[in-house]
Amino acid sequence: MDTLTGSIAAALQLMLGADPMLLGIIGLSLRVSLVAVLIATVIGAPIGAAVAVGRFRGRRAAIVTMNGLMGLPPVVVGLLVYLLLSRAGPLGSLGLLFTPGAMIIAQAILITPIIAALTRQIVEDAWSEYRELLVSLRATPWQAARTLLWDTRYALSTVVLAGLGRAMAEVGAVMIVGGNIDGVTRVMTTTIALETSKGDLPLALALGLILILVVMLLNAAAFATREWAVRKYG
Amino acid sequence: MADAIIATPLLRVDNLGYASGATRIIGGVSFALNAGSRTVVLGANGAGKSVLMRLLHGLLPLASGRVEWFAPNGRPVVQAMVFQRAVMLRRSALANVLYALTLSHIPPTDHGARAFEALRRAGLEELAERPARVLSGGEQQRLALARAWAIRPDVLFLDEPTASLDPAATRDVETAILGIEQDGTKIVMTTHNLGQARRLADEILFVDEGTVTEHTPAAEFFRQPRSPEAAQFMEGELP
Amino acid sequence: MMLRRTFALYLLALVGAIVLPAHAQDKFIVVASTTSTEQSGLFGHLLPAFEQKSGIKVRVVAVGTGQALDLGRRGDADVVFVHDEGAEKKYLDEGFGVKRFPVMYNDFVLIGPTGDPAKIAGGKDIVEALKKISAAQAAFVSRGDKSGTHAAELHYWKLAGIDPAGAKGTWYRDTGSGMGPALNTASSMNAYVLADRGTWLSFRNRAELAVLVQGDPRLFNQYGVMLVNPDRHPHVKQESGQQFIDWLISPEGQQAIGSCKTGGEQLFFPNSVASHKPEFRNAQSPAKQ
Repeated sequence: MDTLTGSIAAALQLMLGADPMLLGIIGLSLRVSLVAVLIATVIGAPIGAAVAVGRFRGRRAAIVTMNGLMGLPPVVVGLLVYLLLSRAGPLGSLGLLFTPGAMIIAQAILITPIIAALTRQIVEDAWSEYRELLVSLRATPWQAARTLLWDTRYALSTVVLAGLGRAMAEVGAVMIVGGNIDGVTRVMTTTIALETSKGDLPLALALGLILILVVMLLNAAAFATREWAVRKYG
Repeated sequence: MADAIIATPLLRVDNLGYASGATRIIGGVSFALNAGSRTVVLGANGAGKSVLMRLLHGLLPLASGRVEWFAPNGRPVVQAMVFQRAVMLRRSALANVLYALTLSHIPPTDHGARAFEALRRAGLEELAERPARVLSGGEQQRLALARAWAIRPDVLFLDEPTASLDPAATRDVETAILGIEQDGTKIVMTTHNLGQARRLADEILFVDEGTVTEHTPAAEFFRQPRSPEAAQFMEGELP
Repeated sequence: MMLRRTFALYLLALVGAIVLPAHAQDKFIVVASTTSTEQSGLFGHLLPAFEQKSGIKVRVVAVGTGQALDLGRRGDADVVFVHDEGAEKKYLDEGFGVKRFPVMYNDFVLIGPTGDPAKIAGGKDIVEALKKISAAQAAFVSRGDKSGTHAAELHYWKLAGIDPAGAKGTWYRDTGSGMGPALNTASSMNAYVLADRGTWLSFRNRAELAVLVQGDPRLFNQYGVMLVNPDRHPHVKQESGQQFIDWLISPEGQQAIGSCKTGGEQLFFPNSVASHKPEFRNAQSPAKQ
């Protein structure tokens, strides 16, 4: 309990102090995770919609696979991406290891199944409502998938936020592929891990509280945007 | 049961069949429909009216038989359907109509004008920018009709279109249906409401337990149905 | 259609933003080092001076010695800076390094609970202390992560004639973790643990732990630096890497190392120049495989 109150005080102090290093770390966390979620959505949402609307052999296997990949262990993804991007690996010449680019790739791989699987569920539920209308209008499966993605946009925004939360929270993958390099690849979660391992638990906890606060603010902003959009566009 | 051969029909159905699992739902249905007359499909609950409509419109796969369309000048027949509960896309009323147009054969340059005209005819021009999902049941049904009219269908299927509406809304919808028919669309409609059937039908298709027991001009049907099943149905129904 | 084209352009820009390294203009090298140098604050103290002088940014990836040398083998680092002489010699023999330069040393200390069930406090003999811990079956935390510290620890057990592997799961706790986490574990378990003095000095979560045994000449811990062999990995930044190494062993670098203090105590002792022989130098180096 002492640690907690002390940490809350430390967190407030850190935030009000606007320490440039802290701001840089928060900024990098946001940049890496937001870009990763964007990539994951661009890839995962159409895949989810296609599986929801399509009728093909192996569809059930695809659904089970997507759902299962939601549980990909971040540290394993980190290791696999590391082996890919290492100079001794196939993509080593890209020179991406230990850069934010590698962290974005690792997080995108982690988040894409989440976006795809949840999109699939949402679009499939909508499909049961919209199917007769869309078939009546002679929409092709691709047209139907696109239409459903747009019509379920509010539910999908929650999916994207879930993906963002997962990305901001993970430490295993970014630690391995980023190397936690001071000023280059150090994000909130790896800083917390570092301070914990240095035994500075109050500071680690304070940073943790700040991280939670940042994610909460993102969610609040998304919620407000959605409310406004619903009111304006329905 | 069999109909006389009709010259230049719009739709010919031959030995149509549909089953769900082991249960036969539609069997041995054959008839032909002409353009230019309003066909109302009557029958008891569970007789198979809705399934028949969906088979004709292509929403369900045929288990057996054939559905043949005959277009005015060889081009593909354009169909539309309005359901008991209208499905609205999550966008404005105008955008809903435009959406149907983008999937249709109407040239893109005409879409804007056509969409506005469709709303106007349905009495919805004030609500063009309103989100379609917040419209009342009657307004949504009129919007569905506007959506259908906009693509200039050769045939419009309607499955119990006013079943969930109050009398005033029902009247508005019936007016819209007549308007669509004026512009050259064949109307095929199911209904529970005998009064509506009397008002709108030119001919009756009576469905009983998955078969069509008669295909009769409306005036004659309401005087005296030809088939015993239809007679029984009319006797049991409220006037 | 327009929408799709703009979307495709956005996507292309996005991919470009990720794949093209952002600050490719800045000169930088990647140095694989150990957690003891990073967490003790040495690099925080050292690197700004080097960066200002040379204009080369140093990116430190701080992992255990074993992993650091592996980074060097794979060519993922330009320079390795670790503290396990045996492993470093093996690395050189394998041809992954160019030349090894000694840089600095610190010492290991045996940390334990103030309660001290094995009664070793104040001792100056690491081997005797380990024998007592084994006899008392007192809780002992091992890093178990192929780090320099772990290698040293195993060496001391060997000198004591004890094989702790048999006691895994009872009083010998093999945690497979870095120095900080191992200290955290020891602190919450009230266990003994071998640590490097630098990490201990900056460790905050001490609870009831304290330094119990120190000063044994065998606790000497030498750090060495090597350039990753450009013959094996042509992309290695030879020139910048060598600049860093040269600076570390230069009087300026050595002075910077020496001036790094925590709570008034010096963390590391520079010894790259032959004349700077530390008092421990004559004793047997502990990290022999």
